[in-house]
Amino acid sequence: MNLHSTDFELFATPATMAFDRSALDARWRALQAEVHPDKFAAEGAAAQRVAMQWAVRVNEAYQRLKDPLKRAAYLCELNGAPVNAENNTAMPTSFLMQQMEWREALDDARALPAVELLANEVAAHRKASLAELQITIDKKRDFAAAAQQVRALMFVERFEADVDQRLEALGQ
Amino acid sequence: MALLQISEPGGTPDPHQRRIAVGIDLGTTHSLVAAVRNSVAECLPDAAGRVILPSAVRYLAEGRRQIGHEALSEAAADPRNTITSVKRFMGRGLSDVKDRAKLPYEFVDTPGMVQIQTVDGIKSPVQVSAEILATLRFRAEDSFDDELFGAVVTVPAYFDDAQRQATKDAAQLAGLNVLRLINEPTAAAIAYGLENGSEGLYAIYDLGGGTFDVSLLRLTAGVFEVVATGGDSALGGDDFDHLLADWALTQSGLKAESAQDKRAVLVAARAAKEKLSGTDHATLACPLGATELSVRVTREQFELLGAELLARTLTALRKVLRDAKADKADVQGVVMVGGSTRMPMVQAAVAEFFGKPPLTNLNPDEVVALGAAIQANALAGNAGADDLLLLDVIPLSLGLETMGGLVERIIPRNSTIPTARGQDFTTFKDGQTALAVHVVQGERELVSDCRSLARFELRGIPPMVAGAARIRVSFQVDADGLLAVSAREEVSGVEASITVKPSYGLSDEEVARMLTESFTTAEGDMRLRSLRESGVEAERMLLATRAALVADGDLLSVDENASIQALLLALEASREGEDHHVIDAAVEALAKGTEAFAAERMNRGIRRALSGRRVEDV
Repeated sequence: MNLHSTDFELFATPATMAFDRSALDARWRALQAEVHPDKFAAEGAAAQRVAMQWAVRVNEAYQRLKDPLKRAAYLCELNGAPVNAENNTAMPTSFLMQQMEWREALDDARALPAVELLANEVAAHRKASLAELQITIDKKRDFAAAAQQVRALMFVERFEADVDQRLEALGQ
Repeated sequence: MALLQISEPGGTPDPHQRRIAVGIDLGTTHSLVAAVRNSVAECLPDAAGRVILPSAVRYLAEGRRQIGHEALSEAAADPRNTITSVKRFMGRGLSDVKDRAKLPYEFVDTPGMVQIQTVDGIKSPVQVSAEILATLRFRAEDSFDDELFGAVVTVPAYFDDAQRQATKDAAQLAGLNVLRLINEPTAAAIAYGLENGSEGLYAIYDLGGGTFDVSLLRLTAGVFEVVATGGDSALGGDDFDHLLADWALTQSGLKAESAQDKRAVLVAARAAKEKLSGTDHATLACPLGATELSVRVTREQFELLGAELLARTLTALRKVLRDAKADKADVQGVVMVGGSTRMPMVQAAVAEFFGKPPLTNLNPDEVVALGAAIQANALAGNAGADDLLLLDVIPLSLGLETMGGLVERIIPRNSTIPTARGQDFTTFKDGQTALAVHVVQGERELVSDCRSLARFELRGIPPMVAGAARIRVSFQVDADGLLAVSAREEVSGVEASITVKPSYGLSDEEVARMLTESFTTAEGDMRLRSLRESGVEAERMLLATRAALVADGDLLSVDENASIQALLLALEASREGEDHHVIDAAVEALAKGTEAFAAERMNRGIRRALSGRRVEDV
């Protein structure tokens, strides 16, 4: 295990979508307990710099592994089907129609109950899509299809952030 | 059981066997210093037995000054030159100081940070804070009759990069070796958690004199993990004083015109507020010009006035729970920190919010300094220090300005530090040879609504068609929560970087100038001070490297070992001389020359600690 190990190697966890969150958290704490710069505060500059690199690397891997969408994108990349969201924005028409409907619904939703209703709908959609994505990766091992599903979910996530902002603005 | 360390016969025992490291709570209204003595953290008292140092500095003519209680007692008589609550100005421009019309100071609108005109010249908030920190440093040195190895200084969790940098500058100006900046609620959690052996999710509600923080921490076996943090770096007990003062003036139909009157009303309001924590009515009274102000106030009236401020703290609490994706019911305990949590309305509101009474068994004034002392002792590497680990987060998102004045978020708030992230950008016009990088902090979409941290330019990009250049901008946040940004054009390799400082902090030149002008030079000449500091660093490097060679020297080839031995000898030799630059260079050479070795040791350490253990076991 070194700085170039994959996230899965660092966290000694199988390269699948399915994962045990509490084991991941425990491994993160155990790794940080070894590499955090605070553990080397009384040592020299060389140890400090190495500790900083490691702690950053461990945090990066942890962020990626605990977020299902980031984890999926990473699995696609490791398996030769990078998501490339910025160069690959073609989406099926039905998906785009639904996005537009949601956007309109958000624009029209003035009061809290309407926004909450939309928030619940989007959350349910995301949950179902993630379950489907897990099957595509863990069962079918179809990473090209998975990359496409990840791209769609990135739109959904961005929309969810906008809904959250609206909820916040409405003082919830 | 930990094994005791015994030095080799004939070898020199470590001269710094017990390193003196302190925790400092640099507060808005008062500051404290604490240290671990005989394995117990305690606040250090001054010669008169008082642990609290009022955060007040009075400047007098001819470079004289009064600090703490002495200064505070003159605040009403000499308001212009007696600076209190200076923490509110740290890393802030004039326009950020919202209630400046009510304050008795003569502000100077300097680029970056606001400054204050005093009888002893213009003072920066960093200098004023350094006076307070130096006073605490001398107190600690007197207590131990020894020099300090270093200090952990606390900052509000919600402090942004400029405010943190200003605090670190102040500590350095006061001659302190800053081991780490840590967040106040996190420090409180350490003191509280270790005292009670708690596990689970805890909320820290920290309402101080001028700042409000709320942090949610998960405590597991000595690990203090901040899950989310929030707050308001301009909301505190002072605001309650201002409200009460304004209300009393309106009631009486009087006005506070002069600086003395403004201060007198604020002092009276604060006294009335404190009295109302114990009784149900008080009288706010003080001389006002030729007349006398005297207004009776009931607790009910005061609570009505403060309701809106209190509601703001609860909104922040809800936001933090939402960020953490946690429910009120998941929170096992709520710890109250900061003098302002003594107000019964605060305790009642927090109790109602969580449906359980908050924990108040540690002194809310001392708990932050105590936690900082425990962490300082651990960072100093003292034997027997508690084996604890802090995993803190950044409070506000960091990003860059993109086309149209929009913010591209690079590191989202509540990311665990240290952290680093890069993002690729490209050019907008054909033949564009420079790129302006504007670093901002905040949650809003528009640059104009966020805090500007720094601007720098990447120049010398070879002319290309628009969109062809690939510019990677990298953000790195260290364990103190401080940001460094660099930019690199990947095709040509042109680079530019900046440690975020100039626009709101002090530049290195300013710090150097202040150092030469300041009290720290009274002890002796700058050159000697630098020499001594370099010597200490050299000593630390020599000890650490030799210990590493003893422990893991087998990782090195004969040649590698020889080259490190040569660097050690060169560093030893450099200490014979009188030039701190030579020592610094030798220290850096040794650091560079041992970096690969340090990396190998780290790999071995991780393997040793984690290999052969199944995931479920760790």
